[in-house]
Amino acid sequence: MSVRIALRDVAQARSGDKGDLANVAVFAPTDALYAAFLRELTAERVRAHFGRFVRGAVDRYEVPNVRALNFVLHQALDGGAARSLRSDPLGKSYGSLILRLEIEVSDEELAGVEVGRRAPR
Amino acid sequence: MQTVRIGAGQGFYGDSVDGALDVARRGGVQYICFDALAELTLAILQKDRFRDPAAGFARDLPAFMRALLPICRERGIRLITNAGGINPVAAAAAVRAVARELGMDDLRVAVVVGDDITSRVDELRAAGAALANLDTGESLDAVRSRIVFGVAYLGCAPVVQALSLGADVVITGRVADASLFVAPMVHELGWALDDWDRLAAGVVLGHLMECSAQSTGGNFSGDWWNVPDLDRAGYPVCEMRQDGTALLTKPAETGGRVSFDTVKEQLLYEVLDPRAYLNPDVVADFTTVQLRDASPDVVEISGVRGRARPESLKAILGYLDGYAGTIAIGYSWPDAVQKARRSAELIARMVERSGLQPLETVTELVGVDSTHGSAAPVPDDPNEVVLRISARFATEAEAKRFPRIATPLGLNGPPFIGGGVAPQGARALLGVWPSLLPRSLVEPGVEVSVEEAVAV
Repeated sequence: MSVRIALRDVAQARSGDKGDLANVAVFAPTDALYAAFLRELTAERVRAHFGRFVRGAVDRYEVPNVRALNFVLHQALDGGAARSLRSDPLGKSYGSLILRLEIEVSDEELAGVEVGRRAPR
Repeated sequence: MQTVRIGAGQGFYGDSVDGALDVARRGGVQYICFDALAELTLAILQKDRFRDPAAGFARDLPAFMRALLPICRERGIRLITNAGGINPVAAAAAVRAVARELGMDDLRVAVVVGDDITSRVDELRAAGAALANLDTGESLDAVRSRIVFGVAYLGCAPVVQALSLGADVVITGRVADASLFVAPMVHELGWALDDWDRLAAGVVLGHLMECSAQSTGGNFSGDWWNVPDLDRAGYPVCEMRQDGTALLTKPAETGGRVSFDTVKEQLLYEVLDPRAYLNPDVVADFTTVQLRDASPDVVEISGVRGRARPESLKAILGYLDGYAGTIAIGYSWPDAVQKARRSAELIARMVERSGLQPLETVTELVGVDSTHGSAAPVPDDPNEVVLRISARFATEAEAKRFPRIATPLGLNGPPFIGGGVAPQGARALLGVWPSLLPRSLVEPGVEVSVEEAVAV
């Protein structure tokens, strides 16, 4: 059986800026779920998800020692923080943007993962 | 095994000094390193220096020193900061003045110069450095006439030299963030400058510490709501061992959290290719880093591998890129989204009639799409939305005039404005041009000098 889950419910993420490049790292909690991330989270999908924010290419790097994928987004910060017109010139919120992505995972891949922790309302 | 304990004192220009004070009081450290410089900071400091040639360093440096020098002097803690920005000589003079005020006439203040290439751009190009854009390959000719500052990223060597000369405080300009932290490791542990694995370990720790609490629970995307007392987040403290393994922790009685999960997020912050993290001192392979929860709020870091340092140094140049003017108008429920959109259409027509010539425009509905763009669903009928339109102009006069054209919408536009339409000032825009420079054109000009607060 496979289920569809939002990254928000299982993953950690952080983004950073370097000139007009942004990086977005997304972290899986277990080895099994990391394998699913490797299959589901392609550079193409991420590029499409970020839409008009990214005018250049997207590169993907694997970081298995911390079960992460690191995406490098080219021409993604409106020319860079010091000349950006956007209200988030540093792309700090890109880490949360990637958490909107949904992926298909098997029950086995989800084993042992706490899904959907939320801040107390 | 020989070790050195180093604390982080600052993550950005504008940071509070409280984190550094906690590190000095309860971190058990021998050194505190301060990273005051981001790409954006250099642009800000350039604007300061443009107005006043004696400025160009972090203005809060004297206040940091006034707060920290008494306890650091008492405990023999040495301070290393790149808050010298684009005027480290003036920064060092300001620090010596603070030391004299505090009665520390024999405080030894070192200054590192040679990173500033602002006035050398043409000379460097004549000497064979093309200074093409590292990301796009574009020729510097595109922006040459608009360049206002340039710096090369230096490694740890001049800071190590300053420490060997007995400096209590080391003031630098653009020394790479992580290299500020590598310097005391090299100095204390006797690492060779071609011991790539150890240097890479130092760079990893420096990288984990340069953004203050971002590795100790700040900006944490996991269960952030359970991270205690971020109003007094503990800044990172590392214990580096001679063999290149290290512990990362934070001072006692501080907030925050140090764990595999908080540290791993910072490991990849602002990283491009994790197998080749480029630093002036070494190329570190971040995929070799092993993180392990050793005890509560202590993470052990080991296994780091490195390769020979890059042939070139990174340089960044800043160039003027016009001026931004910004309009912001808040709309309340009902139909806040529709009102904001209609208002944006009206403003577009007003701009056209005004004769203003925006070079580009960004329109955002804050509360709807400003952070996630098209990936975020438009909420059905939110309580409020802020329309924000920012436009870039060739002249400052146009950028100032732009928000004024929208003020009549306070009375003439769609109903139920919140937050008003008061025009904001214009902002000078600076483009950042990343590039590479041969070491041979920079390193011979790097100089280190040490002077006591009262010259002997």
